[in-house]
Amino acid sequence: MHTTRLRMRGTILAVVTAAVSLWPGPDAATLRANGGQNQQPEIELVIGGDGGAPPRYAVPDFVASTPDAAEAARTISQVLWDDLEFEREFYLIPRDTYSSVQTARSPEQVPFASWRELGADAVFFGTVQRTGDTVRVQVRLFNVRTRQSVFAKEYSGTAANPRLYAHSIADEVHLQQRALRGVARTKLTFVSDRNRERLLGPVDNREVKEIYISDYDGANQRRITTTRHLNLSPAWSPDARAVAYSSFRNVTPQIFISLIYQGVLENATKGIGSNYMPVFSPDGTQIAFMSNRDGNPEIYVMNRDGSNVRRLTNHPAGDSSPTWSPNGTQIAFSSDRTGTGRPQIYVMNSADGSSLRRLTTGESYADRPTWSPAPFNEIAYSAGTGAWYDIKIHELATGQVRQITFSEGSNEGPAYSPNGKHLAFTSTRAGGTQVFTVGRDGRGLKQITRSGNNTMPAWSQ
Amino acid sequence: MMSRRGVIVALAVVAVMAAPACARRSKAVPLPPLPAPPQPPPAAVTPAPPAPRATERVEDLQPAVPALSEDSVANRSLDELNRDSPLRPAFFPVDSADLDESGRSVVSSNVDLLKKYTQWVITIEGHCDERGTAEYNLALGERRAVAVKTYMVSLGVAPDRLRTVSYGKEFPFDQAHTDEAWSRNRRAHFVITAK
Repeated sequence: MHTTRLRMRGTILAVVTAAVSLWPGPDAATLRANGGQNQQPEIELVIGGDGGAPPRYAVPDFVASTPDAAEAARTISQVLWDDLEFEREFYLIPRDTYSSVQTARSPEQVPFASWRELGADAVFFGTVQRTGDTVRVQVRLFNVRTRQSVFAKEYSGTAANPRLYAHSIADEVHLQQRALRGVARTKLTFVSDRNRERLLGPVDNREVKEIYISDYDGANQRRITTTRHLNLSPAWSPDARAVAYSSFRNVTPQIFISLIYQGVLENATKGIGSNYMPVFSPDGTQIAFMSNRDGNPEIYVMNRDGSNVRRLTNHPAGDSSPTWSPNGTQIAFSSDRTGTGRPQIYVMNSADGSSLRRLTTGESYADRPTWSPAPFNEIAYSAGTGAWYDIKIHELATGQVRQITFSEGSNEGPAYSPNGKHLAFTSTRAGGTQVFTVGRDGRGLKQITRSGNNTMPAWSQ
Repeated sequence: MMSRRGVIVALAVVAVMAAPACARRSKAVPLPPLPAPPQPPPAAVTPAPPAPRATERVEDLQPAVPALSEDSVANRSLDELNRDSPLRPAFFPVDSADLDESGRSVVSSNVDLLKKYTQWVITIEGHCDERGTAEYNLALGERRAVAVKTYMVSLGVAPDRLRTVSYGKEFPFDQAHTDEAWSRNRRAHFVITAK
């Protein structure tokens, strides 16, 4: 295998180094063992809302135990509020309404009666202490009615990225309260021309496009390639430690795998043919991709190290954009084999390309399928609507199709979040082409990028 | 033959790969700038045509593509050659990778040049207009490039002189949003990569 050692540019953020549970409540394993249902432990840990409404959460500022922790405390509080609000499992009481509530400086001082007046069912109390380059964050989640702490944890680690503590708290609260895997610690990857560098070469006016990553909410956007060429179609490995992409740095596009936290680059397709659109299988051992190595664009699968390349499709038309089913047994892809010059979505078995069948029937143009993760079983795609595109989702069990964007600019290139509740996609609605995220119901739109043109997002585990 | 441009590209690749290794201390350090490309050499002087012979000769008709003198081909760098490219692009109808009659005529002229300059190695780039999705256009561009390569091979060009790549809609030649711009972007573009 051909590897090239590249030293990582930029800071590698230290992760939260220790998380200690202060409350011996049921852990995630127990919740999963109970079928993901919030079973009734002896002490009720799940906080409900009034009459079955979503519980109302308040996230007041965390207390800075030391003055130099004030900024981190504010950041953690705001980001925690944003992270909880993103999943839309709870109603987040706006923070600018908290001024009537007295600030508590210790858990014993939490004014539950005042929070109840504000309509809160759940309230956080947190402290942040800073010592040099490290912080210690303590957090409790209280049931406002019973005044009991249902969640208590302490985290310690680097002071360089306070947002990470909020993301950890949000994910753990979602797991405990909703048996839901939150996405607060997940990442996006996408293509960007924001550096506005020109490609050196025989043709003028070509702009370099490099691969970027960011937090799921758009923070910490960083470039991970420095090829000064065209790079497209990034995809995360399931362990979220590698990004595969198609790079034109050697003229014909090859699939590279960048182990982004190790500064290691692997060339998977090694110069054979032209290779595009890599996607890792759910177990991370294989990569499906498009290649022209046998004369026209077909879907292939190879081992992650580039060995054992096998072809799945066999048609003179263009077959592209593979996506794996959640258990890896099938692959959906895009093909213009109808002969109209416009693609439709097809599905086949991933082992050998058998049982090939067409999925989309009501579309004039359907491209870039992305298969949801479990527990959902649906495929989102770019659908031609009028002059441009919108995101549609095809439910496999029922065959029903729903549309989640409606010609606010052109919307394409969907990618599911790992819990299946959100999609990243590109839209021209805000000037240029930008990455957005949206709920699978079409609500909760959030703009991720603002600089340059940004395309082809993918969402990590 | 390894051209100067090839050497420049190799140097640039080495510079990019070497630079991050120097930034050892894990802080974000900007890469050192790449060395500037060298200035192109001065244009060759075209020698005066020879004096006419006593017996009259019928002049050949000029081909549609401006003929290059042997000297200017030999002395130009690849970048210069590609900027005034003697290889013209072939254009495609919407949603199609089929060469129509004018497309075949252009490719056929390009084949004539390739048979004349037998050292040339070229890359055929497939391009699309902006109206398809980014991903599908990569496949369509591939099919356009491959269609041209197939036709050129059928006209007698050795396949190992022809590489194909698709740029989809990533590198439009005309950034306007008009029918005219779109038709100029639906093309197979020829780049000489070695001579």
